Amino acid sequence: MRFSGTSTYITSPELRDIVNVAIDLQKPLLMKGEPGTGKTRLAEAIAEDLGLELLVWNIKSTTKARDGLYVYDTVARLNDARFGDGDVRNIRAYIKHGPLGRAFASDKRMIVLIDEIDKADLEFPNDLLHELDRMSFLVDETGETITARERPIVIITSNNEKELPDAFLRRCVFHFIDFPTPDFMRDIVHVHHPDVEKALLDEVLTRFFWIRDLPELRKRPSTSELVDWIAALRRAGISAERITTELPFLGVLLKRETDVELVKRAVSRPRRPGF
Amino acid sequence: MFVDFLYHLRGHGLRVTPTEWLALMEALSRGHARASLGVFYHLARAMVVKRESLFDTYDRAFAEFFEGVDRQFDLTEELLSWLSNPQLPRELTEAERQQIPHMDLETLYEQFEKRLAEQKERHDGGSRWVGTGGVSPFGNGGSNPQGIRVGGSGGGRTAVKVAGDRRYRNLRSDIVLDTRQMGSALRRLRRLSSDDQAHELDLEKTIDQSARNGGEIEIVMGPPRRNRLRVLLLMDVGGSMDPHAALCEKLFSAAHASTHFKAFKHYYFHNCPYERLYSDMSQLKGRPTAEVLKEIDERWCVILVGDAYMHPYELTQRGGIINYGARNEETGLQWLQRLRQRCPASVWLNPESERVWGAPTIKTVRTVFPMFPLTLDGLTESVDTLRGAKPNIPMKEQAVDPMAAFRSL
Repeated sequence: MRFSGTSTYITSPELRDIVNVAIDLQKPLLMKGEPGTGKTRLAEAIAEDLGLELLVWNIKSTTKARDGLYVYDTVARLNDARFGDGDVRNIRAYIKHGPLGRAFASDKRMIVLIDEIDKADLEFPNDLLHELDRMSFLVDETGETITARERPIVIITSNNEKELPDAFLRRCVFHFIDFPTPDFMRDIVHVHHPDVEKALLDEVLTRFFWIRDLPELRKRPSTSELVDWIAALRRAGISAERITTELPFLGVLLKRETDVELVKRAVSRPRRPGF
Repeated sequence: MFVDFLYHLRGHGLRVTPTEWLALMEALSRGHARASLGVFYHLARAMVVKRESLFDTYDRAFAEFFEGVDRQFDLTEELLSWLSNPQLPRELTEAERQQIPHMDLETLYEQFEKRLAEQKERHDGGSRWVGTGGVSPFGNGGSNPQGIRVGGSGGGRTAVKVAGDRRYRNLRSDIVLDTRQMGSALRRLRRLSSDDQAHELDLEKTIDQSARNGGEIEIVMGPPRRNRLRVLLLMDVGGSMDPHAALCEKLFSAAHASTHFKAFKHYYFHNCPYERLYSDMSQLKGRPTAEVLKEIDERWCVILVGDAYMHPYELTQRGGIINYGARNEETGLQWLQRLRQRCPASVWLNPESERVWGAPTIKTVRTVFPMFPLTLDGLTESVDTLRGAKPNIPMKEQAVDPMAAFRSL
């Protein structure tokens, strides 16, 4: 089982290697990187390439580790007990598996994406350690242990909102997605805009990386914003020359008022005579 | 060789655990480095370095270790020799030792040899184990450092050169600070009030208990999960702080944007806080410090930001205040001590390099407040100090003579 990338998702060779190591050693793969570098898309690409089902577990600030394994629907059971629907004695009917639980219980190998793990409480990753190590969990209410028949491939993304605990990090394979270089970015853009004119793309990329390099910028634009910007520019039929002088649709690229102001000021600043 | 590399990494301050290192060995034995130092560079990093802020340290350690051996280093040979006589890191814990049989080094060895034999046949490369088309099996990973195009016409650069580029220098946590990172460091201050009284309905437990009770409703109360964190941010502006304005602004916007503070107040001062604190940077609008102090108590965290670099008079003399037309009846030092007494959980963040912290006024300020550099590491450390600070504990600073730094002048 080897991951080799897909036609719509471009990966660097080292990322492909790391994904394959994680799959082979059966360790969770932790992905970090600037927003918009395709961390979440990676899991979809792996699922597509390997032909496996993807289960997405979106983490929120209130998510608890057990939610990913199973939820015991006490409200439904209480309701049934009071109003006499269903067989209340069968606790199992009120146990609903979460994404990780479903992957463990399945006969087929699955991919579980734990998206934005840093959103949850600080203790969340530690609470999952045991289950990820053993690939099994105990359902307290029924006393049943569910063990994975096919160990799922676990992909975890983090946006660095919180530091993750060391004990958790030790068990993961870690990859940090570098921000794409101009050349790599060109390849990425071509996936989304296969027939983009070269002159336009050259100009857009020059400007894009110039903006990203402005030191006072609060939030640097990402790949997805660049792709949107190109879409807007092309739909409006804006020529390469106008991009240089005017930077139209800056709001697509920059989401903060102060950043837009900053870039406008930087554009209008007279360039120093070449030396 | 491999164990040496492990200790080399640890010597550079990377806390590689034996378990991580054994996982790397397992990955190597399963052929994931493909006998290329370039691939090994990324593989080892993924297995043993788990924070991007440490990538630069790893790069430096890697370049140093493989410098010179880059071209001669034969990963395959190294691994074979290690596997035939596995040397284990000295400080394995009992739990880690127990994991080793699970890894079964002998099986790994067999697997590895088998794989090599297969490769020998497939490549038909005579004496060469791995590699194609005259590409050197070692060092020349061919993977472009930027990870864009494989190989390219000119062949890959060596792993040591890639590491030597130090592309992750900007991610080091002892230099870089952006608003987002500061925000996440500050977020660690968050303390949920678990010691509060149980006066909020715990719905889940109530239902659970009621179900266990055969449907008889039993109310379960729990402590509210509410944030009680209160932060007062005091920032030095103007004069010697001008070069640090951008950095301070980032901290300010991070603190300001934090939604997890129950209360947040901020004021400015120049060099040292005295009778008045200012709500604007030009220091025109202000409030008496005493009034501000009245509004806060020991539940508040106070973060002061400043270079603490000033004339000694400004700290120790009445009327030493730098602002023209102002006169302080009490010394700056008294005000600082008063602040600290009011809020034991307080820290001073200094944007100046620690090299100059020997300056007399900085030394003096440090007798009152624990001081940390205004870097990501410093901020994180200060947050830990704030979290650990216990209210209502008598302060120890009286034991230190705050004037000592000036005696030698």
